[in-house]
Order: sequence, then structure tokens, then C-alpha cells
Amino acid sequence: MKPHSLISSFNPANEPDTLASHERAEIDASTRLPVLLFFSSAIFWLLVGSLLGLISAWKMTHPWFLDQMAWLTFGRLRPAHLNTVIYGWASAAGIGVGLWLMARLCRIPLVHSKLLISAAIFWNLGVFVGVLGILAGDSRSIEWLEFPGYATPILFIAYAFIGIWAIIMFRFRKPGHVYVSQWYLFAAFLWFPWLYATANILLIWQPIQGSAQGAVNWWFAHNVLGLWFTPIGLASAYYMIPKVIGRPIHSYYLSILGFWSLALFYSWNGMHHLIGGPFPAWMISASVVASIMMFIPVVTVAINHHMTMRGHFDALKWSPTLRFTVFGAMTYTLVSLQGSSMAIPSLNTLTHFTDYTIGHAHLGLYGFFSMMMFGAMYYIVPRLTGWEWPSASAIRWHFWLVASGILLMVGSLSLGGVLQGLALYDPQVSFRSSLDYATPFRLVRGVSGFLLLAGHLVFAGHFAVMLLKIGSRREGPALFAEPSKPEAATV
Amino acid sequence: MNKLPLIFLGVFLTFASSWVGLVVYPYFALGRMQPLPDEDTGGYFPPSNPGLAVAGEKVYAANGCVYCHSQQVRLAPTSTDIEKGLGPRQTVARDYLRAQPVFLGTMRTGPDLTNIGVRQPDANWHHKHLYEPQVVTDWSVMPSFRYLYKMQEIQGQPSGNAVKGLSGPHAPPPGFEVVPTNEANALVAYLLSLKRNYPLPESPEPPAK
Repeated sequence: MKPHSLISSFNPANEPDTLASHERAEIDASTRLPVLLFFSSAIFWLLVGSLLGLISAWKMTHPWFLDQMAWLTFGRLRPAHLNTVIYGWASAAGIGVGLWLMARLCRIPLVHSKLLISAAIFWNLGVFVGVLGILAGDSRSIEWLEFPGYATPILFIAYAFIGIWAIIMFRFRKPGHVYVSQWYLFAAFLWFPWLYATANILLIWQPIQGSAQGAVNWWFAHNVLGLWFTPIGLASAYYMIPKVIGRPIHSYYLSILGFWSLALFYSWNGMHHLIGGPFPAWMISASVVASIMMFIPVVTVAINHHMTMRGHFDALKWSPTLRFTVFGAMTYTLVSLQGSSMAIPSLNTLTHFTDYTIGHAHLGLYGFFSMMMFGAMYYIVPRLTGWEWPSASAIRWHFWLVASGILLMVGSLSLGGVLQGLALYDPQVSFRSSLDYATPFRLVRGVSGFLLLAGHLVFAGHFAVMLLKIGSRREGPALFAEPSKPEAATV
Repeated sequence: MNKLPLIFLGVFLTFASSWVGLVVYPYFALGRMQPLPDEDTGGYFPPSNPGLAVAGEKVYAANGCVYCHSQQVRLAPTSTDIEKGLGPRQTVARDYLRAQPVFLGTMRTGPDLTNIGVRQPDANWHHKHLYEPQVVTDWSVMPSFRYLYKMQEIQGQPSGNAVKGLSGPHAPPPGFEVVPTNEANALVAYLLSLKRNYPLPESPEPPAK
């Protein structure tokens, strides 16, 4: 083998060969303020979003709970929850992780970071105005796009700065190989503004007529998940897994196949939310086919990640970053295969219009994406602050609370959703039965919300303690246990 | 894959394909559909809605009814909607021409409302139900929309628009009455306008079993 084989040159773990540690420190330092600002605000919105979700969940079984005031009604809290976690938490966390990864992989410091700080402030202003708008009664009731028309331009302007910065970094990268994470980030930063602008123009500013709105709505909503969150999440996994275990990604060619098949098939998925709806049959069929074809990118990425991890699973015992990331990567496989199966018309008949879909959405956005972001943050934040995470047991609590919370939530909603779907389909069964079946599972879901909120409080508290550098400096990273291979010891 | 133009082109073209198929095509094919003239009456299908119902559509959006109530009737075997009495026929693109926004919905925590104006044509029923759903259906999990109503002392004669037949914990005490706000009146006008039972040639009624 040549000293620099093709595969090894794609491996970020080989960075020390190409990048001196002082250069890396300089790059990290250049991203410090904007990335920490995105992370802090994301964690703030995560807490707000969890609380909104928890209240909404209990309202589904206890309709009299907080029913006196308009702004607390279920139909406003639910979209407030969704938009808070989508734009306030997940997007902001993803932007922070994406910018940091982009700077590191392009091997150039972030310039004019003050502009990105303004962008972060603007982004949060947009989320704040949007959530208040929904609670005040200006929700558009278009799923994933409820923010009123006076909030979305603020988000868009903020995003323009962020996206342009990311693309510019890529354009002025140091010569050399482009790593797989960079393809995903580059694509995500291009796709999102296209999605957001199209949906805003056609649904909010100059609404198109009739059921075409449904097509645009779900083209947008599904692609925010598939072409914005998913590529950022995968970019993070492709970086963190090799970095922590200290070996290259298994196959460059699988990476290419996974990337292009995702780009081609995911973008066509949206209409599977509208099977049987008022649309030309070919549109629905195209989405069903594309959804099933998602099998290719998903299995490709799963094999690639699994083969990379093979023989190194013991690292899950000590590395917080890896434990969250691998949980996210495994969930990605699971939730994607579940999604493909849900698009098969005969199975869709059962799950359409039920809690099963809600469980699926949480498995994707939380079990996959949010866990991936937690993992990345555990890796990135010490490198920005020059301060290790103070407590390994806080990280352990965070992991077990949210992992059990999300599994309990998805498990209960899936079971309840199937029973609900059976009742909704059977003409001999009354509508009331569909509720009777779903209710006990909704109560369990309500309990799972407490676990998630508790996990987030632990994480937020830990993050605050770290940011303020309370207590004494910790020697060495916070790990769950002694690493089996000391030379690979990183978070 | 180190060439920026190559990656850009691929990323652009894959995405553009779905943009053309799922956005541009429906923009022209569905977005320019016209209502169908009704030769018998000189009206149109779907009929245009009274102004109050159009205002009610905004109240429906503001309060997020769509998160529990769908508005689409689907054919067998995808669903048993028609057997379950949600409507006489499948709803098709033309049914939604006047809807703004279009509330197709993705959940049926509550019943489908495509034809609620046919099933429940009584305005007072809707007011009673919105004010305190459990008075109408004791097992309902719908939240109360009391905030769209005013409780007031009866001055002389009871108001003509006072909600009749209320009982339960939030019923008005003697000497008081519950009257709908403009928003409640608009919302009920909108619900009463939800009737997709007119004939459309592209959606024949399936024969009854």
C-alpha cells in the first residue's frame, strides 16, 4: 500500500498529518463565538420545545388541562412545539455543527465571524417572533411552516448569511481531498434555502391555489428532514465515528453511492404523506417508489458505518460522543427502513392519520438527528472553550434519560398507532374505539416526555456549568470509563 | 469527488427533478384549475363561500383544528372512508379550489370534517360543541374553545344568539348566558360550509354496497 492510499486520505483521523495542531486550534478558535452562540440558543429552545411538547402530549388525554386561554390551546401549542424544535433547536444545532465541521474539513479559519454572530441573533429573533406569532393566533396551520409571514423573512435573511458562509468556506478550502462530510454539508447548505424560499413563496406570500398546496407542503416538510437534517446528521457521523475510534471510513465507494442515491431518492419522498389524497396518481406513485428506493442509501450508509465500527464497539463503553453518535446512526437505519415500509400502500392504510406517524417523526428527528447533535456537541464544545465537560456521570444521566425516553415514546406511539389505525379502518368499529385504543399509549407517551425533559435539563445545566467554567479544571476528557486503547482517547 | 462544479451539478439536478415534479408541475396542473359551471342553477362547483365562512377559515387555522381533523375522503381500498360515512364520494383536486389554506390534514385524532356541514347542519349544535365538547359527546378529547365565547348577565330578554342547551361545569348560572364572539360565529359558518357532496364528473359516487 502506498503511504497515502486513497481511502486514508479521506479519513479525518489523519488530519494530524496534514494539519498541525496549532493550525487546528486556530481554526477552532475562529469558530468559537458563532458556534457557541448557535449551541447555547439551540439548547435554550430545546428546553422550551420539550416543555411545549410535554404540555401538548398531556392535553391529548386531558382536554380540560389549561383550556382557559387561547394561546394555550392544543392547536397552538403543538405547532409552537414543532417549530421551536425544528428551527430553534435542530436547525440551530445543525448550523453550529455544520459550520464547525466545514471549517475543520476545509482547513481554513472562519473569517468575519462577527457577521455570523449577527446571523445567529437574527435566526433566534426569527424563531422568537414566529413562536409568539403562533401562540398569538397567527399560525398558518401549514405543517412545518406555521410561522407567520412576518417571521419567516427574518429567518431567511439570517440563513442567507449562514449558507453563503458555508459555501464560501468550501470554495476557499485548502487544496487536497474533499471528505464525504463536506459533500453532505455543501448539499444541505444549498438545498435548505431552495426549499425554504419555494415553500414560503408558494404557501405564505403568494399562496398557490387548491390541493397543489398539499404537494408543496409535503415536498417541503419531508425534504427539511431528508435534505437538511439528514445530511447534517450524516456528515457528523462520518466525521465523529472515524475520529473517535481512530480508523478510516470503511469504503469510499459506498460513501459515494450513499450520497448520490440519497440526493436522488429522498427529494421525491414527500407525497407519501398524502396517499389517497386529491392528486394525480403518478405523483403519489413516484413518492412511494422513491420512498422504497431509500433502502439503497440507508443500507449503504449503515454498512459503511458498521464496517467502520467493527472491532471497535468497546469504544461505546467510554466515549460519550461515540455512544450518542452510534445510537443516532443505528436509529437512522431503523427509522429510514420504517419510513420506507410506511410508504407501502397496504401498510400505509393502517398507519395513515394515526399516532404511528408521530412516533416515526420523533424517531427520526430525535432518535437520529438530535442524538447525533448531542454527540457532536460533546466533541466540539471542549475544543471551543478549552474546558472539558465537568462530569461524566451527568453525561451518563443525559444519555440514559433521553435514550429511554425516546424509545418509550416511539414504542408506545407505534403500538397505540397500529391499534388506532385498525379501528379507524374497520367499518364495523366506532370512531370512539380508535380513541379508546390510543389513550393508554398516549398516557405512556406523556410519561416519556418527562424523561426527555429531565435529560435536557441535565444537559443544559451541564452545558451552562461548562460554559461558565464553574468548578476546577478537569484533567483529560470526561469519559464513561477508561478507554481500552489509550492512544485513541478522545471524547 | 473533489471537483466543486461536479458536486454542485449533481446536487442541483437531483433536487431540481423533484422540484419540477412535485412543485412546478402541480403549480400549473392543479393551481390553474377552474370551478365547474352548474348548468341548472348558473352557479359553480365547488360553490363560493359566504364572507363569514372565509373569515372562519382563518379562525380554523389560528386555532390549529387541522392537527386533529383531516379534510379528505379517500377511496377503497386505501381507506373505508365512504363506508364510514365521511362523504358520498372521493374528494378530488377541484374540491379544494377555494380553500385557503388547504386543510388536508395528516391526523384523525378527531373525525374527518370534509362534510361536517352535511352531518351537523345546526349552528347551535356547533356552538354548544365548541363551548364544551364533552356536553355533546362525553368521551370526546377535544379541548373546549370557551375563549371564543362570552359569558354575560342577561339584560332583560335573553340575547337571540345565546347558545342554547348548555349543561355541565361551564354552563351559565341562572341569569347569565353564553354568546359567541365574532370569531366563533365565523368558525361555525365555516364548519357549516364544509359540504363536499355536490356532483363532480371526475369523482363519481361509488355504488352503495
